[in-house]
Amino acid sequence: MIEESLLVDVVTRLIKRSATTLPSDVKDALKRALDEEGEELAKRQLEAIVENVEVAEREQLPVCQDTGLICLYVDLDPSICDPLAVERAAVKAARRATQEVPLRPNVVHPLTRHNTGDNVGLGQPYVEYSFNREGYVKLTVLLKGAGSENMTKLSMLPPLAGLEGIVRFVVDSVVEAGGAPCPPLVLGVGVGGVAEEALRLAKASLLRPIGRRGGCEEAAKLEALLLEAVNSTGLGCMGLGGRVTALDVHVELAYCHTASLPVAIAFQCWALRRASAKLTSKGEVTWLS
Amino acid sequence: MAELTTPISEGEIEKLRAGDVVYLNGLLVVARDKAHARLLELLSRGQPPPIELKGLAVYHAGPVAVKVDGWRILSMGPTTSSRFEAKAVELAHKAGVRLIIGKGGLNPEATSRLRQAKAIYASYPGGVGALPAKSVIKVVKVEWLDLGLPEALWLVEVRRFGPLLISVDLHGGDLYLEVKRKVEENRLRILGLGPRRQP
Repeated sequence: MIEESLLVDVVTRLIKRSATTLPSDVKDALKRALDEEGEELAKRQLEAIVENVEVAEREQLPVCQDTGLICLYVDLDPSICDPLAVERAAVKAARRATQEVPLRPNVVHPLTRHNTGDNVGLGQPYVEYSFNREGYVKLTVLLKGAGSENMTKLSMLPPLAGLEGIVRFVVDSVVEAGGAPCPPLVLGVGVGGVAEEALRLAKASLLRPIGRRGGCEEAAKLEALLLEAVNSTGLGCMGLGGRVTALDVHVELAYCHTASLPVAIAFQCWALRRASAKLTSKGEVTWLS
Repeated sequence: MAELTTPISEGEIEKLRAGDVVYLNGLLVVARDKAHARLLELLSRGQPPPIELKGLAVYHAGPVAVKVDGWRILSMGPTTSSRFEAKAVELAHKAGVRLIIGKGGLNPEATSRLRQAKAIYASYPGGVGALPAKSVIKVVKVEWLDLGLPEALWLVEVRRFGPLLISVDLHGGDLYLEVKRKVEENRLRILGLGPRRQP
């Protein structure tokens, strides 16, 4: 079984890396956006964004001062790793990273608004599990800032609304959100399932690298349709006008009730901060970018 | 490249137009929701704030900072101005702030009140936290740490802080409004070509 202390070390390091160093697919997408952008003001902002990403990585500073909420996605083989050890490790790593990176203490009680000071509280950090029998544990940290998270949408569309209804819901939501979620965005769109499954799929799709298409033809087609529509709005970088409003759109599907068409949208700012590592039963760690 | 140095005069503000890009040198006040509330509370009681704000720029941000010997700012990206826009504009009226820097802009009412105070609004790209921290030469003062690090009142000295996009000027220019109109036209066109009916 993998030691809890190793899990703490790995998760702490993943939090640090995601706060300071963007994954290469995101860096490439931002550079592409700068190449493709035609509007002068959007270009100036994208230049600042690209430079900021370089400075943060070089000097190991937080890319954005809102270091977000810690979301940990765990894909584990229960024969080599105890989920309860992961649960405890996530809490310890959150506390350690808050001190060491440092992270901004963002976690508060929802009603009293009391700040716990260490990014830990009931339900925080957020941990989500999937399981395998392949003899590995894959850990992925996603740091989610509030600016984009606050724009999250769920709509239970009538099934007859179909593709047109989904496009309309996404375009309207992006336009309504304007500059608040810090575009250029990555949009995660969960279609189907029960309501919370649509939301979960939308968020989890942000773990997929930018540019990689959805698992089935229908999802891939919808992704292309939505990306084209969102990038025709002219909203642009920070909602101040431009060609590139979204870097990508990721669609994930689940079967749903014949009377329902749940659609959820997860907004992700350009600072898509994620980092992954894979552990074997012997405790060997592979850092994935 | 246009640069502004504090204290900023009304004449300098007058010259700027929405769409201009400037860089700031000199003193920068960094404050968000709670520091704004406390500043206004003091001013309304006729007490002087711990920082003289006349002619300065107020940046809407809550930094990540550490104290080793002195304070060091690690990350200082902008926060959403609309959360406390009325207070931000009030501060321009009562304390002579000339330039508000933030993200997302102000509502039309706050925008027109801001112009009456002979002050303008500039946008700094959201999420850009490490770059502005590099423009900070020194932390001059930090007050009200009881509010927590991000909510405290900071006075820092900056060199070439920017790019600041002037988005509200004194002459009716408002980038956010301009883009909003264009985006609405585009939205109707996109949805007209694709979806035909409202679900």
